[in-house]
Amino acid sequence: MNDARLKNNLVNILTHVILIVIALSCVFPVFWMFSSSLKTQEEIFTKMNLLPEHWNWANYAIAWMKADFGKYFLNSLIYTFAGVFGVVFISSLAAYGFARLEMWGKNIFFYLLISTLLIPIPGVFVPLYLLLKKMGLLDTRTGLILCYISGGLAFGIFLLRSFFEDLPKEIEEAARIDGASKFGVYWRIALPLARPALATLVIFNCLSIWNEFLLALVILQDTAKMPIQRGLMVFQGTHITDYPLLMAGLTIATIPVLIVYLLMQKHIIKGIASGALKG
Amino acid sequence: MNKAAKEKTINLLFILPAVALFSIFSLYPIIRTVQLSFYKWDGIATTMQFVGLLQYKDIIFHNPAFWKSMANAAYVTTLALTFQNGLALLLALLVSREIRGENIYRTIFFLPPVLSGIVVGLIWKWIYDGNYGILNHFLTGVGLSHFTNFAWLAEIKTSLTAVAVVHMWKGFGYGFIILLAGLQTIPKELYEAAKVDGADSWQQFKHITVPSMIPVFTVVAILTILGSMQIFDLLYSMTQGGPAGHTHVPITRIYQFMGNGEFGYSTAMSVIFGCLLLAVSFIQIEVSRRMNK
Repeated sequence: MNDARLKNNLVNILTHVILIVIALSCVFPVFWMFSSSLKTQEEIFTKMNLLPEHWNWANYAIAWMKADFGKYFLNSLIYTFAGVFGVVFISSLAAYGFARLEMWGKNIFFYLLISTLLIPIPGVFVPLYLLLKKMGLLDTRTGLILCYISGGLAFGIFLLRSFFEDLPKEIEEAARIDGASKFGVYWRIALPLARPALATLVIFNCLSIWNEFLLALVILQDTAKMPIQRGLMVFQGTHITDYPLLMAGLTIATIPVLIVYLLMQKHIIKGIASGALKG
Repeated sequence: MNKAAKEKTINLLFILPAVALFSIFSLYPIIRTVQLSFYKWDGIATTMQFVGLLQYKDIIFHNPAFWKSMANAAYVTTLALTFQNGLALLLALLVSREIRGENIYRTIFFLPPVLSGIVVGLIWKWIYDGNYGILNHFLTGVGLSHFTNFAWLAEIKTSLTAVAVVHMWKGFGYGFIILLAGLQTIPKELYEAAKVDGADSWQQFKHITVPSMIPVFTVVAILTILGSMQIFDLLYSMTQGGPAGHTHVPITRIYQFMGNGEFGYSTAMSVIFGCLLLAVSFIQIEVSRRMNK
């Protein structure tokens, strides 16, 4: 009996050792980024101390003002807000329409939409570039935002449609009799009830638009319009050795992601797990 | 207009914005990709020259650089399928033993997947730096002094593997979350019954865990293949295809050809690459279906 208990304890300790080593390897690069962002140029090239000798918060002021990370950050905020708002509004409207519409052939379009979630379409940025050029939307904020919104629709409609279909129709019918318009029912009754699904949609689109790089690379040329992921590459290309400022820029780009992740982690992890297991 | 027809019109109006946006910015580009792949076009000339399957022929038979990029992506994918998913499974099995701190581990392991590819790539580029990177400092510190000044990302021999390691570091948490959720859906009674019958942990793993997890393994494998084959952000921020073009992958090649104004040719590459990805996914699903029977 004692032997079994000892063995069990050993297995437990070994388990935690493995998990802790891996966990440290996950956290260390992020810690190293933050620590390097507070060092001086000189310190970075001469010492390998884990923590900076002096915490040079001034690096952040320089990164924000002089290295243009403030501008890139605000651009990213604009793209994320506009993109998320567009995805949520347009896909919830469509999902509600799909759930209530009774018409032959409505599922054809729905399945076409969903199939783009499952079928890989690499290199679609090439025709998108040509399309935006023809529309005069190349190198514009509008062009990039429209691409982000359209990219999020399939997942949004897929997620919300089943949700709206499960809503009891009686509440809506009662509201209609009381004189509410169709849009009023959608806006004041259906949408508030779909809040949990909407939260998932908002979180996932926030992260994916904030982190998006390839479309921003293809569509934008003007540095004044670039989101932070592109701005980081621009800074890195021109100030190749200014590591403290680059690390400050990386930290600035990461803080919103960390905040959203730490606040919403249960939602995110549950969404990933259930999404993958259902699909 | 009667009431039912009015309802229908309103519903259609609700769907309209999504249909319009999706058709213009998602559907049309897909059709356009296939169409352009039959033309030689620089994106500027007013007339496009129809060349049929010529560009496909050229890519398949006379473009070793494209196949090299495919092989590079396949190398990253193979590493990810074995080491990344192996690690993800091991960790999921460890955490599913109802240990203390499950939530903390889960939160930490899923941190790399939520970070942006560019941020992760640039942090690791700094860690890998030949002269001032902490990796070489650490290796020298533990006695491996021949790694002093070794530039991981600038050496032909190590650059692609170095990128692959970061790719796996960023990706394993994703598989971990899915596998853990899968493990937690296996009914505990199955294990208890097996224990009563005298099955040891290995037999339980082989006869209960693995068979119940095959659909989940398939999902994780497909997600890994699609994600790894289409790797871009990490590579772009770490090597941009270098040194001397040795770390190019299909997406960087497509981007490169597009940048050179060869729009028809780059879309033909997209079609070939897309079809291969689709084929791999179908084979995966088919194989797992047979195994499930």
